[in-house]
Amino acid sequence: MSVITFIIDDEHYSAKEGDTILQVTRDNKIHIPTLCYLDGLSTFGACRLCVVEIEGSPKLFPACTTKPTEGMIVRTKTDRLKRYRRMIVELLASEGNHQCAVCVVNGHCELQNLAYEVGLDHVRFPYLFPHKSLDATHKEFVMDRNRCVLCTRCVRVCHEVEGAHVWDIAGRGINCEIIADLNQPWGTSESCTSCGKCVRVCPTGALFEKGASIGEMQKERGFIKFIVNARNKSEWVHTAHEEE
Amino acid sequence: MKPRVATAWLGGCSGCHMSFLDLDERLIELAEKIDLVYSPIADVKEFPENVDVTLVEGAVANSENEEMAHIIRKNSRIVIAFGDCATTGNVTAMRNSFPLAEVQNRSYIDLADKNPRIPDEYVTIAQLLKTAKPLHEIIKVDVWLHGCPPTADQIWFAISELLQGKIPVLPPAYLRYG
Repeated sequence: MSVITFIIDDEHYSAKEGDTILQVTRDNKIHIPTLCYLDGLSTFGACRLCVVEIEGSPKLFPACTTKPTEGMIVRTKTDRLKRYRRMIVELLASEGNHQCAVCVVNGHCELQNLAYEVGLDHVRFPYLFPHKSLDATHKEFVMDRNRCVLCTRCVRVCHEVEGAHVWDIAGRGINCEIIADLNQPWGTSESCTSCGKCVRVCPTGALFEKGASIGEMQKERGFIKFIVNARNKSEWVHTAHEEE
Repeated sequence: MKPRVATAWLGGCSGCHMSFLDLDERLIELAEKIDLVYSPIADVKEFPENVDVTLVEGAVANSENEEMAHIIRKNSRIVIAFGDCATTGNVTAMRNSFPLAEVQNRSYIDLADKNPRIPDEYVTIAQLLKTAKPLHEIIKVDVWLHGCPPTADQIWFAISELLQGKIPVLPPAYLRYG
């Protein structure tokens, strides 16, 4: 297996062929904020929080889907990146209805933590307050689309790990939303196995257990890596999860 | 001369002011250092001129809030968005995803015990704006204090910085929504 040597933030690092920039930064304890990325799931590159600069290109590249090449010069913490990352969180905040004070995951929310990380003292874009639906038809879980950031972790975990493929995205642009089966109430879905994986990987309070009150819903996002590792390598070992 | 400080209560639940009172014995220290020239906890009818710092609780939800916000800005050197409602709209703005007529029907007709009637311009209460807005969408804001409510320690930090003539830059530990 060939080894690629490249530079991240003025330091030399080596990567195995096939590694992404994000994998190398995680292995070397370099922090890059992420939202749609989750260890164990396919990479999607949708949230753009992990964007990095690569010398020689005016474009920004998502670290989770970009593979390093020999001699590549990557920057992860420039002022431009910090500005864009804050802007992304601001846009996510303005496009949803995120009232932390009345949310089940207040204090355990990845979006909230990202807001703190990027120093979001206020949102400079006008809030849109979209009218979104809440689906409480499932006997155990609730989908509140007001809090959804369309990271698609639920779509991917259901398809890739559980193999049920209940969730999908419908609509375009600002009207995108997560739907169950053929856009029907979750409780009427025949494909849902009620395994709860989607609820546990959701970064926000969009998916939660019935009965959880404000701040009570704790997520468990590291277990997907455990399941996938066990399935692929027959190794039933817990590995420390960097982000948790 | 002591700094002239005001606090105002727009579209909020007064929880931020309750948290302000949670300064407890620090209030005595504060009373010696500032002049509280306007506040829901002081009996002053008109918002005065020449105010150094104003803490504004609540979203801008109705015509009275909006008018007040402009007076506050005009008469204050530093305006602080005080709490999540002033910063994001928060709970006050949860009505925004419904049309105003629907919200009013629900409050004044469906849930009315007697005399169901939607307040119009002939009723002497403030008219709801189409949507409740965070303070900085109406006037320029200088500092944001987050939290529902902000903690007493956070308020104390901000006030202490201001008393030293500094615009408070909140340390990351004090950046907390909800």
